[in-house]
Amino acid sequence: MFYGVELRSRLLLGTARYPSPAILERAIKASGAEVVTVSLRREGGSGRAGQSFWSFIQSLGLRVLPNTAGCHSVKEAVTTAHMARELFDTKWIKLEVIGDDDTLQPDVFGLVEAARILSEEGFEVFPYTTEDLVVAERLIEAGCKVLMPWGAPIGSARGLNNVYGLRTLRAHFPVIPLVVDAGLGVPSHAAAAMELGYDAVLLNTAVAEAGDPVEMARAFALAIEAGRAAHLAQPMEPRDMAVPSTPVIGKAVLGG
Amino acid sequence: MRIFLNDDAHDVEPGTLAAALESLGFGGRKIATAVNGRFVAAAARPKTALSDGDRVEVVAPMQGG
Repeated sequence: MFYGVELRSRLLLGTARYPSPAILERAIKASGAEVVTVSLRREGGSGRAGQSFWSFIQSLGLRVLPNTAGCHSVKEAVTTAHMARELFDTKWIKLEVIGDDDTLQPDVFGLVEAARILSEEGFEVFPYTTEDLVVAERLIEAGCKVLMPWGAPIGSARGLNNVYGLRTLRAHFPVIPLVVDAGLGVPSHAAAAMELGYDAVLLNTAVAEAGDPVEMARAFALAIEAGRAAHLAQPMEPRDMAVPSTPVIGKAVLGG
Repeated sequence: MRIFLNDDAHDVEPGTLAAALESLGFGGRKIATAVNGRFVAAAARPKTALSDGDRVEVVAPMQGG
């Protein structure tokens, strides 16, 4: 449930870096995603790429989540959010304020500031953040009703770098929707996030750059469903010593 | 007068943002605009006068993650 919108699918899918629009479309269908992320970029008077992408997005009939990718300052991110709201006709914004070019780590200070400005202006902010607990609290104070901590740096395919931190965040915020955004590589990473009790997963590169993006989209959808079911089924706690699964009582005594 | 649209210099007739966009081929297009770093809503473009040296940003929908 994001800002009052109930979704069936727990996978949010990015639309960038696919081999072709046809493969993107099939991957979206295979993923079952009901939300796709989009962006905006400069276009010249003779350019048509943006217009054709817009037609494509409209034809999908899905909800869009525009991002502020590439923004490094609060001012840039806020202006980009305003442009996105008008272009895509949505209050939703995936807020990215990048602080470091090598890791694409969010500038959490700018993020909180931009989140406060945009929330006050009526935006429904999906902040791309780290797993830092105190930053998460500040984002909620700023008006965010969803948090999107990274699993690992964007496009790195490393999975969940800090499982402890993500688990702590979930324990600390049992109600607010939490989405692992970025850094996943394979479906088991997504399953692990869902097993931790996360509400959803946002992916792009892991699907788009797979050898077969359509099959990978389907695989992620299955993993997310499996991970969610596992979470609801209350996994047992790990322990150090073996415990026989087959009952010992009644075993034949055969000497030896 | 000269304006900078997405960093490229263009000579346009003095007038509004809407008129400049029309003359540069953006009429009827799905775009969003900013002038000198400030967002200008579509409805405000006909009322927004441009000055010599203004920096206009024009963006369109694009794939994103």
